[in-house]
Amino acid sequence: MKRRTFAFHAVAGTLSVLWLLPIALVLLTAIRTFDDIAGNGLGALPDSFSLDSFGEAWNAGGQSQAMLNSLLVTVPTVLLSLALAAAAAFALSRYDIPFRRAIILLMLAGNLLPPQILLVPVAKLCELLGIYDTLPALIVVQVGFGLGFYTFVLQGFMRAIPDEIQQAATIDGAGPVTIFWRIILPMTRPALAALSALAFTWVFNDLLWAITVLRTGTVMPVTPALLGLQGQYVSNWNVIAAGSVIAAIPTVAVFLRFQRHFISGLAIGAVK
Amino acid sequence: MATLTASPTVAPPPNRARRRQRRRVPPVLLAFLLVPIAVEAFWVFWPALQGFWLSLTNWDGVSAPGFVGLGNFGELFGDPIFRSSALNTMIWLLLFGGLSAIGGLGLALLLQREGRGVGFYRAALFTPVVFSLVATSLIWQALYQPDGLLNKVLGGLGLESWQHAWLADPDTALYAVLVPALWRQVGYVMVLYLAGLKGIDPTLFEAAKIDGAGRWQQFRFVTWPQLRSVNSVVLSVIVIDSLRSFDVVWAMTKGGPYHSSELLSTYMYSTAFQSLRLGYASALAVVIFVLAFGVIVAYLVRAFREDDS
Repeated sequence: MKRRTFAFHAVAGTLSVLWLLPIALVLLTAIRTFDDIAGNGLGALPDSFSLDSFGEAWNAGGQSQAMLNSLLVTVPTVLLSLALAAAAAFALSRYDIPFRRAIILLMLAGNLLPPQILLVPVAKLCELLGIYDTLPALIVVQVGFGLGFYTFVLQGFMRAIPDEIQQAATIDGAGPVTIFWRIILPMTRPALAALSALAFTWVFNDLLWAITVLRTGTVMPVTPALLGLQGQYVSNWNVIAAGSVIAAIPTVAVFLRFQRHFISGLAIGAVK
Repeated sequence: MATLTASPTVAPPPNRARRRQRRRVPPVLLAFLLVPIAVEAFWVFWPALQGFWLSLTNWDGVSAPGFVGLGNFGELFGDPIFRSSALNTMIWLLLFGGLSAIGGLGLALLLQREGRGVGFYRAALFTPVVFSLVATSLIWQALYQPDGLLNKVLGGLGLESWQHAWLADPDTALYAVLVPALWRQVGYVMVLYLAGLKGIDPTLFEAAKIDGAGRWQQFRFVTWPQLRSVNSVVLSVIVIDSLRSFDVVWAMTKGGPYHSSELLSTYMYSTAFQSLRLGYASALAVVIFVLAFGVIVAYLVRAFREDDS
């Protein structure tokens, strides 16, 4: 039995170290100086220590602006998507809406579409509306595309809330808006938390929509801006590495803070 | 990562309301429902219909689109880049999908026990999932550089002949891009399987043990059948994810060198936004849609059934 435990830790430990190795390496690269990397090679162990590359990526590399853009897009997108999805889910789950199921599946189907089929028309639609190359374009596009999935998850969750609660509230004279706001929404909090954590990472990490509706470097969020940073600092791997670390910090922070919600969100429905 | 999972149950509140009363629909609810539907219709369904229509035109984005019927699809047949990117997409589907499913299941089986260190191991394998694919790509690009760690390690092992410009060689570029994608996806699939394994009734294993089942038999006759619904979720996720894969290729090679790592998704993007052949690109998008269609329908059918239970 002892030997089995040892073997388990040996295998799992080795895998974990292998998995973390690239992350350790990018951190080590970020703290090296350019001269060290140029002289000793990218794969060598650090022979220098400096945090200047973080400052370089943040200021001259334009990441401070990009991070601001990211937050200006991500926060409104998450709030708007979940607000709209919760409203639709409430109507669909708590009332006898005609064609209820067809509506839910149609909304979900929209989210399952390969985005490629939408790229060209969405870019043209944004141009037509005069919002091409602006952050609001990215917000509305991502809200529209994400809605179906969030609605689907939330309506399933809301449906499981016992009907008696709503009946009691109705007898007490509560209207639908009150029931939604004071009863159903608070009871949906675990699902909302899980979806917020997930939606935050998805929207924050997005590349495809951003490079479809945005063009100018200064409006790019962090994820697409990383590609620009790479173009700008071709072989300054310390700056590129520092930039990648900075770009990963917000999602890692959300993950660490909301770990439980995050995992349960991902695992939604794997169990049935 | 696919923006999808399956049936809506995050720790379901007990006591599902089965037979709810017939309720008149108050007018304010129409707004609750119609506003989100209008948003999705405007930004998803309407553009999707346009996408299908554009695939029948020769639009260049400037002059008015001219109707060419199925001409674009005819051109696809003779287009060698289309053929190689379709082949690469199939390779991607098999290797990215297959290996992440097998790896994710293997890791979940390994780490399903509770015990000291398990939490750390799971977190280590899961961490890459929260990184963007662009950040992931840059991390791995550093590893792949001619003077990067990978070649350094090979040199250290006396395998100088194996050293390579991994991303610049058409023979290795596709696989060099695939590895980081897997690095990130495996942890995600592992989480799906861990949740599935947790849902299996432990008395089933006890009964199997009493009947004298070995470890393999327990897996074959208890675990595997019980994972059926997770398997179908994983299958949908990996097929849809594979066809959507774009970021990691775009960030690492842009489909090159010489289209050797080109996928349908990257070819579609560059055709649309760099060559400005919007009609032809739309036809490529329709092909991607057709490939995904079966899985999407299967997924919806499942969702439909589960919505009732």
